[in-house]
Amino acid sequence: MNPETSSRCPNDPSLQVGRDERFVALQDVGQGFTANLPVAASVAAYGSVLGVLAVQKGISWVQLLVMNLSVFAGSAQFVMVDMWVPPLPIAEMTLAVLAINLRYLLIGASLEPVFRGASFWHKACRMHLVADENWAVTMAVRRRDGYVSTGFLLGGGLCVVTAWCLGTLSGHLLGAAIEDPSVYALDFAFVAVFTALAMSLWRGASDTVPWVVAAATAVVVERLLPGKWYIICGALAGSLVAACRKNRHGGDEAES
Amino acid sequence: MGNGQDLQAYGAIVAAALVTYGLRLGGLLLSSRLPRGGRSRAFMEALPGTLLVALVAPGILAAGPSGIVAATCTAAVSLKNGNVFLAMLVGMAVKLAGQYLAG
Repeated sequence: MNPETSSRCPNDPSLQVGRDERFVALQDVGQGFTANLPVAASVAAYGSVLGVLAVQKGISWVQLLVMNLSVFAGSAQFVMVDMWVPPLPIAEMTLAVLAINLRYLLIGASLEPVFRGASFWHKACRMHLVADENWAVTMAVRRRDGYVSTGFLLGGGLCVVTAWCLGTLSGHLLGAAIEDPSVYALDFAFVAVFTALAMSLWRGASDTVPWVVAAATAVVVERLLPGKWYIICGALAGSLVAACRKNRHGGDEAES
Repeated sequence: MGNGQDLQAYGAIVAAALVTYGLRLGGLLLSSRLPRGGRSRAFMEALPGTLLVALVAPGILAAGPSGIVAATCTAAVSLKNGNVFLAMLVGMAVKLAGQYLAG
């Protein structure tokens, strides 16, 4: 859509404004898409690992694609695939997804100024494609320019979801060709990816005690309870400790 | 491959999708009602980290000494470099080297 199109109908100013707005919105989406290309490369690389692991758990590429498009949350999908042993522990899985994605509540809240004044449907249609990566890129632009459009956020989401699908599906293709995963230390891949992911969430010394409590609780509960409940128990114990310590210090993180 | 298993798979995916979308949109719509500080905020903020640690801790122990060394390397690379993918590759390489050295 080039600018000449709108100049062809000068006697209908309302239509002209409508087209210009749509053109600007489209341009924002394009800018958001381009700005997220660098992070999309690492999203694809990381997704390919999920694809390889999903094959080992017997997840079909269609199921993986549906998961990518509907859940669209990297860490949560890794957790789901890790817990994927039939009969699927749906209750534990859903609770684990809830716990790990609880941060989206805070991410969503932080986007309130970006969406201010927008209609419910405008919000409802754009929030699904908010991931850690495009959220971070969007907030960085907002900090720099003092303003960012919801189109930019959406464009970033489209870029990340495309990379995520391409990465995971190519990993799935590759994974199907691997006959013995233990030869490539693939059985250790889950441990490695979760260790790396956890460290990316490390906020400093104040995390030490909650994390030690979470790890110890998980190790003990894993021996006592069947299934995957140790994940939920460890997470709750560690987070409760974090909450109690916050209360004792009574103030901000800067204090600790 | 049975229908029951497929149904179960999509059940798990739909449940996870609803929960995740609910959190995304809920956070935006309820932004003024979310705790801005205090214990409940600290609890929420700590959850993703503690969940991943709880998930991985028994696995690291089960992988034995080479697993513990490999996980330590992964953690160090991730912390220094911030690249999850690279950290993971380093961890797997160390584990693989450990496997060959051990036998």
